[in-house]
Amino acid sequence: MATMKALVCRECGKEYPTKAIHVCEMCFGPLEVKYSYEEIKKSISRKKIQDGPHSIWRYADLLPVEGPNFLGPHAGMTPLVRAKNLGAYLGLDELYIKNDTVNHPTLSFKDRVVAVAITRARELGFETIACASTGNLANSVAAHAAAAGMRCYVFIPGDLEAAKVLGNLIYKPNVVEIEGNYDDVNRLCSEIAGEHGWAFVNINIRPYYAEGSKTLAFETVEQLGWRTPDQVVIPMASGSLLTKIWKGLHEMKYVGLIDEVKTRINGAQAEGCSPISTAFKAGRDFFKPVKPKTIAKSLAIGNPADGYYALKATAESKGSMDMVTDDEVVEGIKLLAQTEGIFAETAGGVTIGVLQKMVKNGTIKKGDLTVAYITGNGLKTQEAVIDAVGRPVRIQPSLVAFEKTFKMGKNGGGDS
Amino acid sequence: MPNVKVHVQFPENKIKEPIIYQIGHEFKVVTNVRRADVRETTGWMDLELTGDSTEIDRAIAGLRKKGVIVDPIELNVVE
Repeated sequence: MATMKALVCRECGKEYPTKAIHVCEMCFGPLEVKYSYEEIKKSISRKKIQDGPHSIWRYADLLPVEGPNFLGPHAGMTPLVRAKNLGAYLGLDELYIKNDTVNHPTLSFKDRVVAVAITRARELGFETIACASTGNLANSVAAHAAAAGMRCYVFIPGDLEAAKVLGNLIYKPNVVEIEGNYDDVNRLCSEIAGEHGWAFVNINIRPYYAEGSKTLAFETVEQLGWRTPDQVVIPMASGSLLTKIWKGLHEMKYVGLIDEVKTRINGAQAEGCSPISTAFKAGRDFFKPVKPKTIAKSLAIGNPADGYYALKATAESKGSMDMVTDDEVVEGIKLLAQTEGIFAETAGGVTIGVLQKMVKNGTIKKGDLTVAYITGNGLKTQEAVIDAVGRPVRIQPSLVAFEKTFKMGKNGGGDS
Repeated sequence: MPNVKVHVQFPENKIKEPIIYQIGHEFKVVTNVRRADVRETTGWMDLELTGDSTEIDRAIAGLRKKGVIVDPIELNVVE
């Protein structure tokens, strides 16, 4: 397979071999994977993809791995749900939810990027995999490492909630609680990645890891019958997911799977951590770092590595960005659950909240084929909605009490 | 000799100050700017600091004391 050509600096264009490096030694710009699209075009086809595995690996020609031993065999191919109820509520004729709340094995889109990262790490000869994370990423790395039989280190801040720590410990990685704040964890992990011969998925393996997000674009297009959406709404943390969905759509065109890309890329953040959306709304091509303060913790990255590139991709696509309050995040979670039966984590509430805003202000129009990306499961952030969902109706254990409470006659019917 | 790659962001009111020059004089570190964007309203640099580890740590603390935001070259890696 090996369709990767090189790693290339996103700033100065200098090329490097496809090893575990992530920063250009010339200008310190970030590296990303460059492919031989002409070579891929010769062998890829819609039929080949459709005959492939029911996972992200059906798109292996466009992923940064040599193959054929793929780890994380069940990631991807999550449902693209035609959201008729939510669409009707918002006033959209053709709304879809890309539902990564049911991604395997750990119920977030991170399983896509980690499957690619751990496969590439193994190909590069690493025996230890690591990450710095407060949630979804740690869960996914720990689970994939357990299944692959690799040593695993997960670095977390010392004040992380118990439930999130448990989600990692169950897979028995080395969970390292660092005494210090977020910045201390951040700096230490960067230093460890430079000192030890480990595959740090979101540091020295990042060029490969980030490419896994493209599969959300590939699957969307395939599941729409090889059509591109008119509009997409994507939650932003580092901004990487948004830039890779944009890249993925274009790659499908480069290799002849689709004719054109006319998708507008829209980014969503929570007000309490919205450096990228704030810059966009101010008409700036640079962002200012912030100290995060939001319930959408999986999006709480104050100095996002791909913020600049997310602004660029959104502008190129003639898309937009917006942000919502924490109350709107909770309302967004409830709205999605109560219209489509999908329980999303707080990032999903951000996406739905911003979608709703963009429909109201005319950014997204009634007839636009729209896809909203829901990237994680609500069971992981139950604390965010615990005070907003009411209590069960409590009754005595008798038929009379039940029928009285729900105002039912002998023939049923009625409601509470 | 140890070297550390950092991304530094200057607050708007510090953009005109020769902070990198000052750091090179106040601490025993060699400062090497690889990429930068400095305008009226913002300023950042990707910077290499070379010197003893303790001097690098002191230089980073010195930058922070002057109000500069200092992050690893990868920016925020905790996801």
